[in-house]
Amino acid sequence: MKILVCISNVPDTTTKVKFIDDQKKLDVTGIQWVINPWDELALTRALELKDDASNGVQTVTVAHVGLVSAEPTIRKALAIGADDAIRVNTDPADAYGIAAQLAEVMKTEKYDIILCGIESSDHNGSTVGGMLAEFLDCPSVTCVSSLKIEGGQPVISREIDGGKESLTVPLPFVAVVQKGIAKEPRIAAMRGIMAARTKPIRVYEPQAIENFTEVLNYEMPKPRAACKYVDAENAGQLIDLLQNEARVF
Amino acid sequence: MAVLVYPENWDGKFKKLSFELVSYASKVAEMLGVQAVAVSIGSVDEGELSKLATYGAGRIISIENGALKSLDDQAYTSLIAEVAKSVSASVVVLSNNNTGKALAPRLSVKLKAGIASGVSRLPVSTSQFIVYKKVYSGKAFANVEIKTPVKIITLAQNSFEVIESPKTVAIEKSGIQPDQNLLRTKVTDVQKQTGKILLTDADIVVSGGRGMRSADNWGPLVEMAELLGAGTACSRPVSDEGWRPHDEHTGQTGKIIAPNLYFAIGISGAIQHLAGISSSKYIVAINTDKDAPIFEAAQYGIVGDAAKILPRLVEKLREVKSK
Repeated sequence: MKILVCISNVPDTTTKVKFIDDQKKLDVTGIQWVINPWDELALTRALELKDDASNGVQTVTVAHVGLVSAEPTIRKALAIGADDAIRVNTDPADAYGIAAQLAEVMKTEKYDIILCGIESSDHNGSTVGGMLAEFLDCPSVTCVSSLKIEGGQPVISREIDGGKESLTVPLPFVAVVQKGIAKEPRIAAMRGIMAARTKPIRVYEPQAIENFTEVLNYEMPKPRAACKYVDAENAGQLIDLLQNEARVF
Repeated sequence: MAVLVYPENWDGKFKKLSFELVSYASKVAEMLGVQAVAVSIGSVDEGELSKLATYGAGRIISIENGALKSLDDQAYTSLIAEVAKSVSASVVVLSNNNTGKALAPRLSVKLKAGIASGVSRLPVSTSQFIVYKKVYSGKAFANVEIKTPVKIITLAQNSFEVIESPKTVAIEKSGIQPDQNLLRTKVTDVQKQTGKILLTDADIVVSGGRGMRSADNWGPLVEMAELLGAGTACSRPVSDEGWRPHDEHTGQTGKIIAPNLYFAIGISGAIQHLAGISSSKYIVAINTDKDAPIFEAAQYGIVGDAAKILPRLVEKLREVKSK
């Protein structure tokens, strides 16, 4: 069984974002780039599944659509433990572009389980996994919080409003994973970092794909009104304010 | 031409979320000068379906089939796509919730339609189709143009008011049936929490952080939530420590919520936490550290120890309730 984990290269979650060129472009000055947190959890779960030989996972591959500047992030995934990597050499215009490029690669490379994080922390689209599944005409399961392999078949738990559902699905399929899929992201050890240097990254040249959407410009959130303080000794006054001023209950 | 909306049902019932979606879709339809068409999948009775007309659905199409009891991404997508084509939908509206996240991207590929997810307002313009959406987990917003003839929007939860604009419509039972070959996922078990207010549905949320100091101190916080009819939540360190269950974790990597009122109690307001709650209408902060970043996001604040303040708030709420 072969697992593919799709990874996004995003600003570290503590980044305070700023925009330049008439608010049209992210100011990348000083930004630390990391593996998208949900993708990192997906990778961790894939590696956990591979660790247990009874699951029969032969390889864990990571895939990224982006320019060579993202290679440090790909190397990080290899250092954490992925066996090899795919990079499609283009700066994608939108999620559709990413999924379409990955689908092209899947014409020559076959995987049994494809894992995608529920969203990337930059555009918060939650779209690449589902799009890829539709391109590949295979099942998808979204909001997956647990993935096991039993008797060669995936056993999944997904979050629904106010609960969970257990389900089975035939291979190949796409799992769009969220919190819970792995406890903590796995951290690269020194041995992994050394090994990552020589692990293969297969670079594919992109297909011509039209963009469906375009970000025209960015806006910063409007600053909220200054905080109104209530004295701790007289905390009950807060309830009066919420009731009579904010009128929230 | 039409705006197609998919209001999901829960065991045959719609929720506020479904009506927000239909209200939104009918306003978009108005902007475009077309009709809003609602498609329902699963077993929903006529009385319930007719509620969609109250919020502006000009046509209601119902697809009922025993095989559609639980969500199958692929089968549901093909049904909605078929309806979208049959009504010549130029815009398809879904929620940005679990179900919308499962279906909207697949629909995008099937209908060759550009998608904008987590949209929080009516389109900025429709001649050049531009929508406004959250990016960088709420640290910024973007004006996004969708360039394709068919457009897909997923609406951020709690971002649009329900608007009544009643229409008289007959409910159409659709003859479209799912392709059995597409129904490939099989639900083997459902575990539902009962008696707990869903965080994503709650109008008020009371949330605790590390400042609560230990798992044993949650009593007054839970009591306050009960008095307010609120959901309970927590910050990441709290769920990591196991003081509260993981499904209460709100923040960038946990649940993203937008209640009318959010109490951040003993939560410093790290940027990742704010990313999960910044769309709340009102934020109340209670923290011992007067310089904690949560006070910059809050409209009301109390500087002090949660252990001392919570009982005072509970006492006051009881008093208010008894009146």
